Amino acid sequence: MSATTPFALIANATSLPWAALPVWPADEFVTATAAELQRGARLCSWFAVPEGEAVVLVAVIAFDADNTLAVGRSLPFGRSYPSLTATHPQAHLFEREVWENHGITPEGHPWLKPVRRANRNAPANGEFFHVDGPEIHEVAVGPVHAGIIEPGHFRFQCAGEEVLHLEIALGYQHRGIEEVLENGPHRSTLVQMETIAGDASIAHGTAYASVMEALADMEAPLQAQWLRGIALELERLANHTGDIGALAGDVAFLPTQSACGKIRGDFLNLTAMICGNRFGRTLVRPGGVRHGLDPERAAQLAERLSQALAETAQAAAWFWDSSSVRSRFDNVGVVTLKQAAEIGLVGPAARACGLVRDVRYDHPAGWHRFTQAPVAVWPGGDVSARARIRTLEIQRSGELLLEQLANPPDFGLFAPIAPPAPDAIAVTLVESWRGEVCHVAVTGRRGHFRKYKITDPSFHNWSGLALSLRGTAISDFPICNKSFNLSYCGHDL
Amino acid sequence: MFIHDTILHRLKTGCQTMAYPDGPPPPLPDRHGGALKVDAAKCADGCRDCVPVCPTEAITRAPGKPVSLDLGRCVFCAACVEICPQHAITQTGDHRMAVSNRDDLLLGDPGKEQIRLAASLDEKLRKLFGRSLRLRQVSAGGCNACEADTNVLGTIGWDLGRFGIQFVASPRHADGLLITGPVTKAMELALKKTYDALPDPKIVIAVGACAIAGGPFVGNPQVNNGAESILPVDLFIPGCPPHPLTILDGLLRLLDRLPEQRKQAAAAPVGVDVPSSFPQAAHLNPHLPPA
Repeated sequence: MSATTPFALIANATSLPWAALPVWPADEFVTATAAELQRGARLCSWFAVPEGEAVVLVAVIAFDADNTLAVGRSLPFGRSYPSLTATHPQAHLFEREVWENHGITPEGHPWLKPVRRANRNAPANGEFFHVDGPEIHEVAVGPVHAGIIEPGHFRFQCAGEEVLHLEIALGYQHRGIEEVLENGPHRSTLVQMETIAGDASIAHGTAYASVMEALADMEAPLQAQWLRGIALELERLANHTGDIGALAGDVAFLPTQSACGKIRGDFLNLTAMICGNRFGRTLVRPGGVRHGLDPERAAQLAERLSQALAETAQAAAWFWDSSSVRSRFDNVGVVTLKQAAEIGLVGPAARACGLVRDVRYDHPAGWHRFTQAPVAVWPGGDVSARARIRTLEIQRSGELLLEQLANPPDFGLFAPIAPPAPDAIAVTLVESWRGEVCHVAVTGRRGHFRKYKITDPSFHNWSGLALSLRGTAISDFPICNKSFNLSYCGHDL
Repeated sequence: MFIHDTILHRLKTGCQTMAYPDGPPPPLPDRHGGALKVDAAKCADGCRDCVPVCPTEAITRAPGKPVSLDLGRCVFCAACVEICPQHAITQTGDHRMAVSNRDDLLLGDPGKEQIRLAASLDEKLRKLFGRSLRLRQVSAGGCNACEADTNVLGTIGWDLGRFGIQFVASPRHADGLLITGPVTKAMELALKKTYDALPDPKIVIAVGACAIAGGPFVGNPQVNNGAESILPVDLFIPGCPPHPLTILDGLLRLLDRLPEQRKQAAAAPVGVDVPSSFPQAAHLNPHLPPA
């Protein structure tokens, strides 16, 4: 496919001169993008770059089977363009976002409403799809939830217990990260990147560092890349284990809940062994990493890791052994393969629908060019499949880590980084535990950011949660929600 | 068979809850570093090396004044510690960081080299909340790290419930509010409404650099630079995120439940407000620390 694309090919974690991007008038650009999506490409990111009074639309698409990415852009234009969403629903939030931020209307978008700042910062008071009928009732939940959870608003249209439709209104976590990146990077940029979604600090930190390295036309030293890879898998282990525990808790299966709650902390402590912080803050930086892992510490880490992995395997075995757990998960919250492909799901949620989609394998960058865990796929699309994927990925990440910790590479932790290239575009994808993190930087004449676009996997996947609720009992919302475990702040930025 | 296996496992592992606070605290990760200390007297004249490396602009130095470090805004990246040629900013390894007043996190002035740890609640509030504190948590722009390390206190290793502290699902059931995140503009109203829904008397706890001062997002137009801009705050717990041990220390310190506070009280001269000894029924529950 990619051999015949009119888009400019770009490998993950590299950059191109801005002038190398193919250009179309806006309407033809939409047609060209639609044609690529039609023949199997996937939309990683879609955003607008201001150019004077006008804007330029940019598309980053992935040819997963061909292991390559491609970028293209429109000519500057002013007001509106024909919507891509009309034919390709995976673009729906991206187009709403461009409309919200730049006032550019995608003509024919089926549900054009703000993404984050509905009704002047009150998303719950915005517009919602409404089902009418004598038996219909509406349930509104949030923004503040009944636990230690981030805020968001959920609006259910129900007929009795059955959910006909769920609409999710987010934006409460909007901290304005992309806005302040204009003319960046700034002093606070790295710490802001690490807190885009705090449970995916390594993934976002690595994506940002890789963008800066691509713009400087350099790579981090090998040992730094290795250590980023190690930390990324530790992040995956901690979060997947936490999710298994949370799912167990929601179906009142306490042995696994208690065990996983503790083991999750053990995994976080392994990350803290490397850098002092349980979430990996301060580890990754453009040019390399800030801490090393000497053989002695690596051996100690491996030993503690083996112990935690054995405990996780045991806790997961209890869980899957219990017919009462299985019967609560099977056939609940189903997203079909077709729906998943249409809305562009990523990460474990996509793989649980049977889509073979994993950045580490499809678009390897950094250490993943040398070694990968096998992609875990479990068709089914239900809560059960999403939990199975996590169990599988815990095993495979664990094996990969043990193998890697025994074979540390030489060659340095940090190399001084050159200033970013002017008038360039850099694209980085990282497979975080939730799925594909995509960072794109477009630089101006002085090498400063003209635009920095962040796409957290949650941005793709919240629609998946909404679809999974259709026809499901409202009482199954907690397990559906936990089975996705999406980020509010990653979406809201 | 999971039924036999889980029971056997339980018998084998026994109680997994840590001995702290009666026993020693679990060690911080060796690369954590703990709280910072500023010996501004060591600073060379006019040296400002640490000022530009701080990602959250927590360090300032006015001409002719000692260097000032705001530990509330600090994300503990230790860039200042690494760059300081005089070793004026150092890591103490101490997990204890909770304070009652925002100013107690400002380091640098003579006599203020370290943070001034929080005092416990006054006697009236201690009597009300000391044995049973119900908290409502509101994330107002938190990145899910402070939330996660608050949540972890509910797991078997920490078992927050043994202190009578519990997170509840409604503000109407709560005695206090635990806030994370810089308080985004979009969460401002929800946060105020939650606070208003709490019955009096109530306390407010700000956890993490964001909730204390905006943290990494300080100055972003979409945030409020912390909870104190909206509500009165009774306890500040620094970190990005704070280690669970730091959060637990803060909660127990507020409730006067730490052995070190009892020792201090015992050493205090007669006539000083000595924390009331806690309920006599403590012996009924083996997990409760002795009063």
